[in-house]
Amino acid sequence: MKKIKIIYIFFLLILNIFPVNAKEPSILITEIVNEASTILSSSDPVESKIIKLNNIAEKNVDIDGIGMYTLGKYRKNLNEDQKLTYKKLFKSYFLKSFSSRLVDYSDPKISVVSEKKINEKYTIVSTTLEETSKNPEIKIDWRIYTKNPDRPLIRDLIVEGLSLARTQKEEFKSIIQNNEGDINYLFRSLEEFIIK
Amino acid sequence: MKKILKVLIIVMIPQLFILSSYAGSDGTVEINSEVEEQNYEVKDCFETVNRGIFAFNQGLDKIFFKPIAKGYRYLPKPIRSGTSNALSNLSNVVTIPNNILQGQLKQAGINTLRFSINTTLGIAGIFDVASYYGLDKLDKEDYGQTLGTWGVKEGCYFVLPVLGPTTVRDTLGSIANFAGGDAWYNVTVANNTKYFENSDYYYSRLTAGIDFRAKNLEAFNSLENNSMDLYASVRSLYLQDRKRKIQNSKETTETMNDDDWEEIDTQ
Repeated sequence: MKKIKIIYIFFLLILNIFPVNAKEPSILITEIVNEASTILSSSDPVESKIIKLNNIAEKNVDIDGIGMYTLGKYRKNLNEDQKLTYKKLFKSYFLKSFSSRLVDYSDPKISVVSEKKINEKYTIVSTTLEETSKNPEIKIDWRIYTKNPDRPLIRDLIVEGLSLARTQKEEFKSIIQNNEGDINYLFRSLEEFIIK
Repeated sequence: MKKILKVLIIVMIPQLFILSSYAGSDGTVEINSEVEEQNYEVKDCFETVNRGIFAFNQGLDKIFFKPIAKGYRYLPKPIRSGTSNALSNLSNVVTIPNNILQGQLKQAGINTLRFSINTTLGIAGIFDVASYYGLDKLDKEDYGQTLGTWGVKEGCYFVLPVLGPTTVRDTLGSIANFAGGDAWYNVTVANNTKYFENSDYYYSRLTAGIDFRAKNLEAFNSLENNSMDLYASVRSLYLQDRKRKIQNSKETTETMNDDDWEEIDTQ
């Protein structure tokens, strides 16, 4: 009994020393934005910036989840081999697309405006990208997957009300539909995009 | 002109009534919403032809609109802001009747005040004086949006030469502008007034197009560079944007169905 007590106290101590930190979605976004901003405003070569940006994405974006979402109804027909191929292709595609979209910005100023919990799984963080001499102010909402509160992940960016994941999903759907429903055409298109 | 309008209306109105028969067929774009009733698909009726017109528009953009928009960017910011303000002020003559038609009487009042103040004190809308007095700019409304709020479905999606993506409903909305619904068109083109020329209307429309293109140069470039099927991306963005505008929603989740996201479990 004494031993159990000691073990119990030991665990309590451990938990107090290393508390489990559930990260707030808005804090996650603030951290990511600051990190990306530091990278983009640095004098590093573009290749180095891309590697660092991709690291941020791999750590904080649910790339597999987005990949499955963008396949829509077609994800249900994939066999295990196709699933693996798709996951690999989509990840490369996503990272290339992600970094090339961002690398054009020299020092984006994004500020968190509000946070709204939709349900246990999702929170929407609303932000604004500050106006520049070239562009007007842009509203960006981030769909954060919070099923595991200790590791919130980004699943979608909604720019001025337009969902990037949805647009991607409809693009993939169009490619598959216009090629007799053959998923291999999508794989080929992804490969072409990656090596482009 | 009247004959063309008649033909267009005769061709398009039946489209609105046969929309339901298209649901679930191939070559469609899925636009979800929070409720099942809104979970329908917009048919891209003439996709092959549309893709051809889209390619033509892309070519036109490359040789005409994009270079002009790039040049427009070199103008000093006060000139660009002034132009943008004046065009935005002018759009109130369509927004205000649509506010009323949609039952947005408060917004109609604010927009009327904004239009009066900016047209006079703001020198033809160049300066947004109304915002200084606490009358902030509101969203634009058009006849296509009004039809949408009245429950009229999109009908077919299609692409017009030069003008770009639209639906049957939005085209009917645009026709309403030429049938007396746009006071600016009425005083420039439709009626022979001493104060304005036909060209004033066309110049204002062209400038609005260039102003929009200039504001979105980077966004369009990014879309072009990162799309594997640009036509499908533009179609999706257009339909999402119209849906959001019709719902007058600021909340992302109000215009989107979460069902598909709920199925994806990676944690």
